[in-house]
Amino acid sequence: MALQEKYKELIDTATAQGVNNLNVREQEGVLYIDGDASGSIKQQLWDTYERLDPNYSSGDLVMNINSIAGVTEGSKLKVTTNSSNLNIRSGPSTDADIVGKAARHEVVTLVSKANDQWWEIKTDDGEAGYSYTQYLTPL
Amino acid sequence: MKNLTMKTTAFLVALVMMAATFTGCKSGPKDDAIKAAVETALLANPHIAGAAVVVEKGVATLSGQVPDDATKADIDKTVAAIPGVKSVVNNIAVVADTPSVAVAATDMLTNAVKDATKDFPTVTATVNDGVITLKGEIQKTNLQKLMMALNALKPKKIDNSQLVIK
Repeated sequence: MALQEKYKELIDTATAQGVNNLNVREQEGVLYIDGDASGSIKQQLWDTYERLDPNYSSGDLVMNINSIAGVTEGSKLKVTTNSSNLNIRSGPSTDADIVGKAARHEVVTLVSKANDQWWEIKTDDGEAGYSYTQYLTPL
Repeated sequence: MKNLTMKTTAFLVALVMMAATFTGCKSGPKDDAIKAAVETALLANPHIAGAAVVVEKGVATLSGQVPDDATKADIDKTVAAIPGVKSVVNNIAVVADTPSVAVAATDMLTNAVKDATKDFPTVTATVNDGVITLKGEIQKTNLQKLMMALNALKPKKIDNSQLVIK
């Protein structure tokens, strides 16, 4: 229960913001917070977490807020890499071959979701394959 | 008894498939690619613990633990639908008393962590028993992005106390 006290502000914020499927539980000295929310609520929760533990160095919280759960097939996604092109691969893993690239800020289409880390996408040029969701932002 | 029959049938199907593949031509995704896809599918399921898969000639043999029969059947269906999977040998055990927090299996978590840290070459990550340990160094501005990605992988814990934040 001590961890729920430590991260009370985070849990309260998640509750107040209406995070869907919010699940908070504590096990073996680690607090787990899971749920679905928009990208902006996810950012707000992470900024709150960072305020409570500036470098996330306590190792006592695993927070998985999924901001991409509500994105449907056919949605448009913007490539939001730091600077480079986004690799498009033949399978949902960095072990899979690179079969194409999408430019930074190019808009692509969601074909299907393999999981929360890898989505199958296609570009307007017809290149298709799997890309890492961390670099895709729903429009 | 029914279960045994199903297993036997699955085994025979697997044998026939293997025989067919030995004589037939190679087509479809390679076993490694299929294995990666199956691991991804298993990783996406929060109810499976200690999951592992071996793919040989398109035959996916699954092991691990799930809390109920419905989840086992569901996994069977999901894996069978993955392109390149010719048949599924489902050796997943149904154990009612699964811990409430589902932690990703180590080798799957290791692969997912490798993907997530790829863009942060100054960071080294190791995975042991569901715990991700980070070492090396990272710019403060990139830390939140890295932590977001790692927190989404269902680890038991993330230890970045040895990571130098610049």
